Amino acid sequence: MKKALALILALVMCLSLSAAAFADDAGSVYYLNFKPEADQAWQDLAAKYTEETGVEVKVVTAASGTYSDTLTAEMAKTEAPTIFNIGNKSGITDWGDYALDLTDTSIYAERVNDDYVLFDDAGAPKALGYCYESFGIIVNTALLEQAGHSLDEITDFASLKAVADDIHARADELGFDAFSAPGLDGSSSWRFSGHLANIPLYYQYKDAGLTVGALPAEITSDYLDNYRNIWDLYITDTAADPTSLSTSTGDESEAEFGEGKAVFYQNGDWEFSRLTGKFGMDPETLAMIPIYCGVDGESEAGLNCGTENCWAINAKADEADIQASIDFLTWVVTSEEGTAMLAEQFSGIPFKAAKASANVFGADAAEYANAGKYTMFWAFNDTPNVDAWRATVVTALTAYSADPSDANWEQVVSAFVDGWAIEYANVNG
Amino acid sequence: MKKKKRDAAALSSELIRRPIRRWFPVFLLPTLVCFCIGFIWPFAQGIYLSFCTFNTPKDATWTGISNYVKAFRDAGFVHAFKNTALFAIVSIVLINVLAFAIAYALTQKMRGSSLFRTIFFMPNLIGGVVLGYIWSMIFDAILKHYSTYLTANATYGFWGLVILVAWQQIGYMMIIYIAGLQAVPEDMLEAAKIDGASKSQTLFRVVIPNVMPSITICMFLTLTNSFKLFDQNLALTGGAPSVIMNGAKVNMTELLALNIYSTYNINKNWHGAAQAKAVVFFILVASLAIAQLTATRQKEVQQ
Repeated sequence: MKKALALILALVMCLSLSAAAFADDAGSVYYLNFKPEADQAWQDLAAKYTEETGVEVKVVTAASGTYSDTLTAEMAKTEAPTIFNIGNKSGITDWGDYALDLTDTSIYAERVNDDYVLFDDAGAPKALGYCYESFGIIVNTALLEQAGHSLDEITDFASLKAVADDIHARADELGFDAFSAPGLDGSSSWRFSGHLANIPLYYQYKDAGLTVGALPAEITSDYLDNYRNIWDLYITDTAADPTSLSTSTGDESEAEFGEGKAVFYQNGDWEFSRLTGKFGMDPETLAMIPIYCGVDGESEAGLNCGTENCWAINAKADEADIQASIDFLTWVVTSEEGTAMLAEQFSGIPFKAAKASANVFGADAAEYANAGKYTMFWAFNDTPNVDAWRATVVTALTAYSADPSDANWEQVVSAFVDGWAIEYANVNG
Repeated sequence: MKKKKRDAAALSSELIRRPIRRWFPVFLLPTLVCFCIGFIWPFAQGIYLSFCTFNTPKDATWTGISNYVKAFRDAGFVHAFKNTALFAIVSIVLINVLAFAIAYALTQKMRGSSLFRTIFFMPNLIGGVVLGYIWSMIFDAILKHYSTYLTANATYGFWGLVILVAWQQIGYMMIIYIAGLQAVPEDMLEAAKIDGASKSQTLFRVVIPNVMPSITICMFLTLTNSFKLFDQNLALTGGAPSVIMNGAKVNMTELLALNIYSTYNINKNWHGAAQAKAVVFFILVASLAIAQLTATRQKEVQQ
């Protein structure tokens, strides 16, 4: 009897708690943001939208590197995100069920082309890229000139190596070195296990006639010698000690470049605001060149362009919330405030009403493309179980950097090729 | 049954007890509700989910024991299990021996012993993640002199973690031992002295049997702490180095809790398997802790 009473009381209390969760009818938006650096901009924009239309927009940003955890947790809640991020084709496998078919939505009609749209296996557009990014080698042209070189000299790997070797040899006299530290700490290693790894992957895809989203079960060791070329250059022509790369961070490398202690810095266009803002660099002295690594015909290469930033709308949300979300996103890509914010935060914006961005790296990417050079798409978006695959590559790469022997390079190759097959089996198992 | 004797005292205690007996659910309710929401319900759901494939807990579909099969076939899990067992043995011995030794030293009459107690306790106030990052820098700075680094091989990572955890937990265990040592009756020690017991005889025949309750608590705490270790593991090495062994991926310095975490993050096909691992993990920790508690309890003496 007493137990029953306790149970009933407990139940009553639980019910009254959950009853509080049901409230609104007019749709509301819950945007789970993927990019921590753009958090404030989204918060401000959301506030403006609410002020203008009265529709409530909640923006939550997952902490760096925890997006998938946060998404899983948030999706399980009653008040789940109505707009979330899907990064790539594997993301569609995981979250496709939750993503609305965008075909007949007003936001989908605003896109420029299909380059940055993620389709599911049935061909339905499930996520829409709202910005694309470029990466390559960022150059401080002022320092380059100070060292007696110019950008025009660098057209392929041999010329890049000649310039870098020369600067490295005269580093003491010049007061700066060629490359900023290729740190392999977690905050920096993605530049090499992710972005730099795109080079051999891209050329393989190109040879095999594949595009992003092909999700191959296996990759080959083709072009890994080229990867070794450029990596050797990074760890040789730098002030950093190759045996201590495991603790060398991304901030250190960025600061080295930002403070004018290095001419080259491999990273992407998202660095623009930090370099010009925090480090006060002059945009005139910044440029981005392709990552050359000794592949035939690479003088015709452009930058690496792609995106991991695609909006998906939660198909399991209330009808009113779905509509509110579509309206909000359409407003973002068409209104004065929205387009201004996008242009300020991102470099490439694939929407009809997009404003030009001040980002010089984005402009460089467009210039290469307009000059007829081939853009390297982001084949690395297809990496299976990406964090684990990269961890193994980083382990091997760190060992190789400390002792650059052929035996150690074999480990890197194995981490690439065997690791890919293992992770592919893991993900699909 | 014996008939109750209704004298005055019993009657008044009955008057107090009756309303308590009737109304106890009201007092118990808040805690009970919290316990249900925060523990019973997630726990039951966790066990249920270990038999399902799911992306979010809302869309779970029942698949039977396939998750358990998958979990045990995972080379990383088996490796993490061995790692954890070894780590637990090493750290239990090391932490308890050192903590007891320090506690013993600090309960002798010496100048500044309370200052030392405070200092030894302080590492315990720093969070695991912070400690992990700080120690990884310390280890790397030391290893740099030998042209190597912490994540170069599994041995460094393992001993690094042992040192970190010992450094963090010795202070806490020391406090428990000090309390135990101070409770050893003076007269017993004096009697031992008069009977001509040597220092080591006093320690092993008188002191240690008397602090057995503290040893039980400390062993229990260090055992569960080493099995549940997560933050320090994540922050110090994060499981690195990650290598390919016999055609499978293994994170060499990963302990069980971190392995469960990284399994969950592979993709939705692995959510169920990670949950199954977590259930296995719970059963393991619970049974070990119970077995160990019963074993050490038997050695305790009545004072």
